[in-house]
Order: sequence, then structure tokens, then C-alpha cells
Amino acid sequence: MAKYGQNADAIAALVREAEVHRDVYVDPEIFELEMEHLFPNSWIYVGHASQLGKPGDFITANIGRQPVLASRHADGSIHVFYNRCPHKGVKIASEPCGNTGKFFRCPYHAWSFKTDGSLLAIPLKKGYEGTGFGDTQANEGLSKVRNVVIYRDFIFARLSDDGVSFEDYFGESLSTIDNMVDRSPEGKLAVQATPIRYMHTCNWKMLVENQTDTCHPMVAHESSAGTAVKVWKREQGDSTETPMAVQLYGPFMSPYEFYEQSGIRIWPNGHGHTGVANSIHSNYSDIEGYVGQMVAAYGEQRAHEILGEVRHNTVYFPNIMVKGAVQILRNFIPIAVDKTLVESWVYRLVGAPDKLYERALMYNRFINAPTSIVGHDDLEMYERAQEGLKSNGNQWVNLRRLYESHEEQDVTAVINGTSERQMRNQFHAWSKFMTMNMDKRVEAAE
Amino acid sequence: MIDEKAITDFIYLEAELLDTMQWQAWLDLFHPEGRYWMPLEWQQRDPVLQPSLMYEDLLLLKVRVERLAGERTFSQKPKSRCHHLLQAPRIVACDPTAGVYKARTSYIYTETRGDLLERYSGWASHEFVEVGDALKIKLKRVDLVNFDAPFGNIQLFM
Ligand code: FES
Ligand SMILES: [Fe+2]
Repeated sequence: MAKYGQNADAIAALVREAEVHRDVYVDPEIFELEMEHLFPNSWIYVGHASQLGKPGDFITANIGRQPVLASRHADGSIHVFYNRCPHKGVKIASEPCGNTGKFFRCPYHAWSFKTDGSLLAIPLKKGYEGTGFGDTQANEGLSKVRNVVIYRDFIFARLSDDGVSFEDYFGESLSTIDNMVDRSPEGKLAVQATPIRYMHTCNWKMLVENQTDTCHPMVAHESSAGTAVKVWKREQGDSTETPMAVQLYGPFMSPYEFYEQSGIRIWPNGHGHTGVANSIHSNYSDIEGYVGQMVAAYGEQRAHEILGEVRHNTVYFPNIMVKGAVQILRNFIPIAVDKTLVESWVYRLVGAPDKLYERALMYNRFINAPTSIVGHDDLEMYERAQEGLKSNGNQWVNLRRLYESHEEQDVTAVINGTSERQMRNQFHAWSKFMTMNMDKRVEAAE
Repeated sequence: MIDEKAITDFIYLEAELLDTMQWQAWLDLFHPEGRYWMPLEWQQRDPVLQPSLMYEDLLLLKVRVERLAGERTFSQKPKSRCHHLLQAPRIVACDPTAGVYKARTSYIYTETRGDLLERYSGWASHEFVEVGDALKIKLKRVDLVNFDAPFGNIQLFM
């Protein structure tokens, strides 16, 4: 009983001005349509160029349901393919990353491909003579993802052939990535650490929304951050220097006024960030030598401009969050309607002191790990929401906080930091990218 | 005088304290400078500049323990329970003159909460120091066989 397939109106009706229907989180058909429409129509993060240091290096990823493969070619260029052999469909690369040498070789019948994806060789090639093989799609080698943009080493891809250009899609929101990269005295980031992986039995959008939900930390995290602050106050003894751990946990307990004043900025296409004026990352202690390095690299004024930008969470719609001030990217990878794999990546600021990297790794394991008590607080809420939404008592999720009637869509604005407007902004984008090509297909069929 | 049996007994006792949720008694097994470490990489060397699942000092472990009983600790409603199934510890070093005591123990760990049951397999490496006549944990290192898998919540101690 397909309710939503090819029915753009029914999908659009799930998103009201300041409410969304529970089906966006719990309906398996909606999830399948997200995989088929929303993800291919959007620009999705594939990986970081530093993971592809030398020719032959590759990484694998998924865009929606579709497995992709990115590789560094001999000439230094980066290519993104569908991770699928043109012969019988076997996955070419099965590991998260590796080096394939000069070519990829399919493990089934040994067709091989250059690292730019072109077909290199087929065993017993003469068996294909006179078969018309030259005219088949298989002869072209690995199918290319045509829309790929590498922005300051961040590799993004869009699967659908037409759609919004990279520049129009992200616009000014790229300033968060800029800021994170600029925090390296050499203007360069490097992935050196395995990502922390965390399986969530909830819908992927709950995680994305939570990134700009500033009314939950002081409530949900009283158990973790609150306890950390309490234990520290009691046990610090004569020590005056706040340990790094307490600096990272403490600000989660900031009061509502703090979050109200810190502000949220929204951008078109569902992007937005918390922490405009200040943020939970504002008051970390200086790391010895770092400011000096930054001033030497950028000059006094620019260095302070870069370091003065302390954005909290930037949501890049649909499914990543970037935290510039601690060099973390969280990728919310949808697995099923009620299952999401979270990969939290730490980037090293090339040329910066080790202590900064140490802090970033510490933040990642304190907040984003399956062993993180802060993570336990959040996941518990998502799981309860996934259960609770089965209730028929009320089928709508309320996003009305600080709603103003006739809010403009796809605009840039700075608003009160406890507003749910960024969530409304995301759902507007959700509805747009879900139905984008659907409308066209319906037209074509008519 | 610490001998091999004392080390083995200590490791069994530790598991029992965890299984019976005697958290304070468990914390008391640690040296004030002790650490609990769960690496995230194969044969990891560095807990600080390589990523870990946990690397905690006594203060942070106390936070965890205190949190478990917190009135607003929603992820512990209902509470988790755990079970350690240990292989006999292998004594890696037992040298009272140098004060070096190390053991490695293979185990299966089960954590349950509500209707859920999760199983983990790994190795615990203990390093001890002698304080008075007693052993204290200087480092407990927990290497899971599938450290790189995406886990759900791991709320207690392995
Ligand atoms: S399936 Fe790849 S070579 Fe046959
Ligand atoms: Fe949270």
C-alpha cells in the first residue's frame, strides 16, 4: 500500500509551517523515498582528500543506498565511482580505505580498471570480439559519479544528473568549513584517526535536528555534564587549573539565556548553525604557542578573526554536522528508517601543536563515542522518540518554538539561539529535495 | 609479597565487583594515577594522539559511577547489568623487586539493559603497582576484537 511513492503532494503535506508528521521518522516507505530522491538530489559528503594521499589510495562510502568509491589517480586527480563492477555487479572495493596500486581488479573474473575508472583489461579479451561489447556501458569501465566537487579538500558528490549546483546548494554556509581549515597555520587539514562509529536505533533526522536543539543540553545532559561539573567542584581540592575534560563537559550545562544569546544562523537549502555570538566552545584555554603560529601565518587581525569564530554545530543538509572549533565532522549515515550509523571524524590541524589534536580527539570520545556518557543521554532520547512516535494519540511533532507566521524560506537570517527555526528550515529543504524530481516524473508520465 | 596467585585473585575480584555493581569498591582498586583505556585502533600505542573509545582517569571514572545512580540518568532507566566470563589470566610480569606486575586476560563481556543483550569479546591488560601490601591498578587496557565496529551504548565497564 504505497502511500507516498510519486505522490509529491502527500509528501509535501507531511511538513506544515511548524509541525511535521511522524511518518517522516517512522514510515519505511518515506525512508525508501529519501534514499531514492532526497539523498541523490543533495550534495553528500564522501570523504576528505587527505584520506587519498597517494595514487591508488581509495575510500568507500554510501550515498543513500548506493555504494560509491573514491580514488586518487596517477595524475593526482580524484575520481568518484559507483562501487560496482560493470561485468556482474560485484563490489570493487570492500574495505573502508586502502591502496589498490596501479589498478582495481575485480575479485570475481579479474576485469581490471585504472584508478580513473576506465577499463584496463579483461582476461580472454578475444571472447568479446564481434560481440558488440564496444558499444555497451560495461566497456566504459566503472560508472562515474559525474557531479563531484572538492571544496578545500572536502569531497562532495551529487548522484542525480541535474539539480542545484554545488555553489547554489551550499552558498555562504561554506564559511564554517573555511573557518575550520583556516584554523591550521598552514591552511590544511589531515585525517589521521579512525572515525568513532556509533550505531543509533533511530531515524537519521533525529540526530540532525538535535545538532541545533539548544533546549535539551541542560536537561538531558544533567546526568553526564552536570555530574562531571558536580564531581569536579567537590574533588578538585587545591587545584585551580580546570582540566581539559571539565572544560569540554562544563559548557553543556550553560543556562537557557546562554543559548538564547549565542544565536542561530540559518541559510538556504536547510543549512544552519548554532553559536553565532559565542558558543560552548568559546572559553577553552589557549594552547601554548598556537596563537603565535596563527599570527605569524595570517597576521594579527586575520588570526584573531579566525579564532574568534567559535560556531558550535553547523548542519550541512541533509546529513553532516561540522564543528569547526574542535575540528570534528559527524556523518549521520541512514541505514534503515530506525537505524543510523554515526561516524565522527577528527581532522588534525596541519602545523598546529599536538595539544589541539589531543583536545579534538578527547572531545570526540567524550561526546561522540558509544562509550560517551553524553552520547548515552542523547541516544536514550532518540530511542524513546522512535518508540513514542508509534503512538496515535498525536501524529504531529511540534516545532513551533519562536515561530513567526509567514516565515520566509531559503533565506539567511540570525535568530534567537533557542529557536526551532533551523529545524523548520531543514524540513522545508527536506520537502523540496524529496519532491524535486518526483514532480518532473509525474509531469513526464502525463 | 605479591605473587602470581595474588594477581590472578585480584583480576577475578575485579570482575566480581563489576558484575555485582559494587562500583565504589571497584574504584578503590585503582591507584590515584590509574587509567582505564579502550583503544580504537589495532595494537594501538598512544592513548592521547590516537583515537580511543575511552581513556579516563579516576575523576572521570567517578563521574561515570556517580552518574549511574543519578535521579536524571535516563539511559539507566531501566538499569544495565553486566557479566564477565574470564579465561585464566596470563601473568606477563611478576617481579616484586622491580615492582612490575602485568597480566593479560581474555574474556567475553555481556551487557544487558531491558530486553537487550550485547556481547563483546576482548582482552584486558592490567598493569599494577604495589601500595603498602596491596596491588592497585595503574592501567587497565581493554582491547575489543571488533574495536572498529559501530556499537550501541556501552554504559558499564568491561
Ligand atoms: S563481476 Fe567483476 S569481473 Fe566479473
Ligand atoms: Fe545532546
